Amino acid sequence: MARLSLPIADYVRAYGPHISDSPVRGWDHKPTVEKLVKTHCCFCGMQCGIQLQVAGNQVVGFEPWEEFPFNEGRLCPKGVKRYMQTHHPDRLTSPLIRTEAGFREASWDEALDLVVRKVREIQAKQGKNAFAMMSGVSLSNEKSYLVGKFARLALNTANLDYNGRFCMVSAGAGNKKAFGIDRTANSWSDLPEAEVILVAGSNVSECFPTLMHYIWQARDRGARLIVVDPRITPIGRTADLHLAVRPGTDSALNQALLAELIVHGWIDETFVRTRCSGWDELVASVATCTPEWAEAITGVPADQIRSAARMWGQAKTSFLLHARGVEQHTKGVDNVLSLINLVLATGRLGRKGCGYGTITGQGNGQGGREHGHKCDQLPGNRDIENPVHRAHVCKVWGITDEELPHKGKTAVEIFEDIHEGAIGGLLNICCNPMVSHPDLNYVRAALERLPFLCVIDFFMSETARYADVVLPGSLQEEEEGTTTTAEARVVRIRAAVSPPGEARTDTWILLELARRLGRADKFTYADNQEIFNELRRASSGGTTDYTGITWERVEREMGVFWPCPSEGHPGTPRLFEDQRSYHPDGLFHLHTTAYRPSAEVPDAEYPIYWTSGRSVFHYLSGTQTRRIKFLVDKAPGPLCEMHPELATRLGLVDRQLVTVETRRGALTVPLAVVESIRPDTVFVPYHWPEALAANQLTVRALDPVSKMPEFKVAACRVRAATADEATRARALFAELRLEAPEDAARTRRQVAP
Amino acid sequence: MMGPFLEFYVDPQRCIGCKACEAACSECDTHRGSSMIHVDFIDPGVSPQTAATVCMHCENPTCASVCPADAIKVDEHGIVHSSLKPRCISCNNCELACPFGVPKISIGLQQMQKCDMCFDRTSIGKKPMCATVCPTGALFYGTPAELAARRPQGHAINLWRFGVQEIRTRVRVIVPAGVEVLEIDVAEVIEPGGAALPPAASESAREFL
Repeated sequence: MARLSLPIADYVRAYGPHISDSPVRGWDHKPTVEKLVKTHCCFCGMQCGIQLQVAGNQVVGFEPWEEFPFNEGRLCPKGVKRYMQTHHPDRLTSPLIRTEAGFREASWDEALDLVVRKVREIQAKQGKNAFAMMSGVSLSNEKSYLVGKFARLALNTANLDYNGRFCMVSAGAGNKKAFGIDRTANSWSDLPEAEVILVAGSNVSECFPTLMHYIWQARDRGARLIVVDPRITPIGRTADLHLAVRPGTDSALNQALLAELIVHGWIDETFVRTRCSGWDELVASVATCTPEWAEAITGVPADQIRSAARMWGQAKTSFLLHARGVEQHTKGVDNVLSLINLVLATGRLGRKGCGYGTITGQGNGQGGREHGHKCDQLPGNRDIENPVHRAHVCKVWGITDEELPHKGKTAVEIFEDIHEGAIGGLLNICCNPMVSHPDLNYVRAALERLPFLCVIDFFMSETARYADVVLPGSLQEEEEGTTTTAEARVVRIRAAVSPPGEARTDTWILLELARRLGRADKFTYADNQEIFNELRRASSGGTTDYTGITWERVEREMGVFWPCPSEGHPGTPRLFEDQRSYHPDGLFHLHTTAYRPSAEVPDAEYPIYWTSGRSVFHYLSGTQTRRIKFLVDKAPGPLCEMHPELATRLGLVDRQLVTVETRRGALTVPLAVVESIRPDTVFVPYHWPEALAANQLTVRALDPVSKMPEFKVAACRVRAATADEATRARALFAELRLEAPEDAARTRRQVAP
Repeated sequence: MMGPFLEFYVDPQRCIGCKACEAACSECDTHRGSSMIHVDFIDPGVSPQTAATVCMHCENPTCASVCPADAIKVDEHGIVHSSLKPRCISCNNCELACPFGVPKISIGLQQMQKCDMCFDRTSIGKKPMCATVCPTGALFYGTPAELAARRPQGHAINLWRFGVQEIRTRVRVIVPAGVEVLEIDVAEVIEPGGAALPPAASESAREFL
C-alpha cells in the first residue's frame, strides 16, 4: 500500500530537500574544464541554450551560449544555478523498496520484478485499466513518446495522463478548437515587430524571464504593452495599461474588449467574413457586453477597458500572449477562446509582427504534449478515438487495432478513481502530484488507499515518499534527446554526464520494464535517436508533423520549427501565412464564450479571492529548485501577498504569520503587505509541499472540455496565526533550509535501515 | 578607451528582480561562491520595482580616496579593482564611504572585494557575466552605437550628485530624456520616517524569520 512508513521529517532528513550551495567539487578548486556541452536549460518552455562545463563525468559549472539564437546567452537565476542539481547529495542512487522502517536499497532485478509482479496481479484482479500511469513534460520528446507507447503496449492501459493537465491543456484545447493545431502561431522573433502586445494572465517577468528581452525590443521600437493580471507583476509595472482583473473574470473582460472593437469598427471585415466561421453568432453574443457591464464583473474600470480596446483595435500589428493565469480555470478553454477571438476579429495573424501564442510553462511543455503522452492522444497530436489516426499509429507500432487501448482518464480523474478503488496501481514518472495536484488533502487520502505505487524520479519527491518502489532515474543532462520550445522549435538536448551510482536513464528503466512485461519485441531501440526516428514516422501526416526533422538538422540549424513534413522542408516558424487554419474547412473557428462564474467565489464565510502562481526562483513542484541554496535563499518558502487596505481591515501587519483557510485546508505563512495586488485578493505561490503547500487550498473543479483544474480561483479567509500554528510554521520553514550532512549516504542508512 | 573594453550600462527600468546577475556573478572564477552585485527593491511593499547595483567604476573613486593604505587602484581602462591584498588593512573605510554600497570586506580573506567588471572576461573581449545573462537588458555591455541602435529612446548619463559630492562614473545609467544629473539628497534619505511599521494591530504580530 502506498503510504508513509515514517514521519515526514525523517524522510526530509534522509533524502532532503537539503540545500546545496556549491558545485560538486566545492568552490575552491575548480577542475580544468574538459568539454563544454551545448544543451538547453531544463527549467521552463523557453529552453534557453546553455553550455555545461564538464570535467571527469561531472558537471562543474556553466558558460553562457551566446550563439544560440533565442536567448543569446541570457538566462534566469534557475538557469544559472541549474548545474548544481546534477551531483546534488540528495540524488537517488539505488532502487528503493518500502519497509515498515522506511526504504531499503534493492537490486534493479528485485525492484523491477516487484513492479512487474504488481502490474500483473492488479490487472488480473481488476482489469488492464486498473493500472494507471502519470507522466510529465519535463521529459524529452523521445521519453514522452516512449511513455505513450509504453503505457499503451507494455502496461496495456488506457489510463495514461500527464502533468500538462495541470499546465497547458486549456490552451491546447482552445488552439485545436480555433485553429485545428496546437502551438504558438509565431516564433518569438515576431514579437519585436508588433505595435501592441497584450499579455493576459502571464507573469512573464518571473515565469519566462528570457522572453522579456523580446518584449523590451518591441517597447524600444515604441510598442504599447497591456498586461491583464490581478497583481502588478514586474512586467505589469512597466505596462502602458495594467488591467487588474478580478480572478476568474477574464472572459467577461475579453467579451467587452471584443464588443468595443465591433462598436468602433476596428474589425478586419474581409478576414472575419471570408476566413472565419461563426462571426455573426459571435457578434450577437457580445451585444450587451459593454465596458460598464464588464466593469461590474471584472473590477476593471470601464475607461481602462475602452483604452485597451482602442490600443488593440487601432494597431496595425499585434501579438497576444497568455499563460496559466487565464488557463487554469473551470472555464480555461473559454478564456483562451475569448482571447483568440480578439486576434481573429482583427485578422492579425500569419504575417510579420502579427502573432498569437500561449507561453508553455514546463521544460518540454510543447513537445511533451504532442506525441501521445496524454489520455486522448496519439503521436502527431492525433486523436486516439479517430479510426484513421489509430490505423496510422497501429501500422507504425506493428499492432492491431484491438491491441491499442482507447481514451483513458485525465489526471484528476485518475486520482478520483484511485480514491474510489477503481485504480489499484500507479506508475509515476516526472510528476509530483503531492505538490502540483489541486486539493492535496484529497490526493493524500487517495494515495493512502492505493494498493501499489511506483515512482521513477531522480530525487525523493514528496510523492515518491509514498511509493512502494522508487526507481532512481535521470536528469535532463543525462540523456540524449530533443525538446520542443514554447515557440515550437525542436532543439537538441545533450547528455553531459551519466546518471550517478545505480541510477539509470529513464529510457533504460522504461525499456527494461517493457522487456520484463513481455513486450521486448515492440521496444527494440539501439539508442534514443532511434526512438526519435520512430516518433518522426508516427507523427507523419498528423498536424504535429516531425517527419523532416532529424537530430543532425536540429544541431546544424540550432532548432527546426514544426510542422516539417519532409527532409527538404525548411520548417514553419510562422503558421497561417496562407490565411488557412488546420481545420478541414481551412477556416478559423470563432466560438462564443458566455461569462460564467468560477466554481467557488467569495461569500460571507470565505470573503476573499485566493489565487496562486510562481516565483522566479522555483520551477513547478520545486523538486529540483528547492535543493539549490541560491534559489532557496532568495525564496525560502511561500508567503501570502495582501493589499494594505485588506490588511488594515483584518488587523494584520507585514511579516506577521497568518493562516489562510479555504473549505479544503489551511496554510500558515508570513504575510507580505504589498500595494501591488487587488484589495479583494490574496496570492500564495505554490512550489512547496505538505503543510506549506498552496494546493491544500485549491478547488478540485475541472474545465468541462480540457479537464484543467481551477488552480487560480478559490474563496478564502485570512486571520492571524495562533501560537501553535506559528510555532509549527517556523519549524517547517527551518526545515526548508536544511543543509546536507557531510555524509548524506550514511545518514540515509541510519534512518532507513 | 584602450583594449577590448566596452561601455557598461544599467537600465533600472527593465529590471525584473530575477537576480540572474547575482547568481551569475557568484560563478565568476575570481570570487567563486560570492556575488559582487546586489539587487534591491526601490520601494518595498509599494512597487515591485527593483534595481541591480554593480560597481559604477567612478572616475575619482570615493573608496580609493578614503583608503588609508592606498590599496584601491583604478587601471588605465577606468576599472576600479578590489583592494591590493598586501596593502589592505580591512579597515572598512571603503565600505562605509562608497555612495553606491559596493565594496565589501571579506573577513576570511582580510581584503576588500568588489566588482571589477569581470576583468577576466572583459580583458579577453567577452562580456561581463551579469550583462551576458541579464534576461531583460537591464545590464548591458556594448558600444554607444549599439545602444543607440537598439534603444533609440535610451538616454545614458554618468553624473551623480550626492549632497555636495559630485561623482562621474564609467558605468552609465539609462534615465528619462532631459535628466542630465542624478541628484540624491543624502539628508532626506537618511531621515527616519516612511519605512516604519504600523502599530501592531494584533497580539500575534511579530517579525518572521
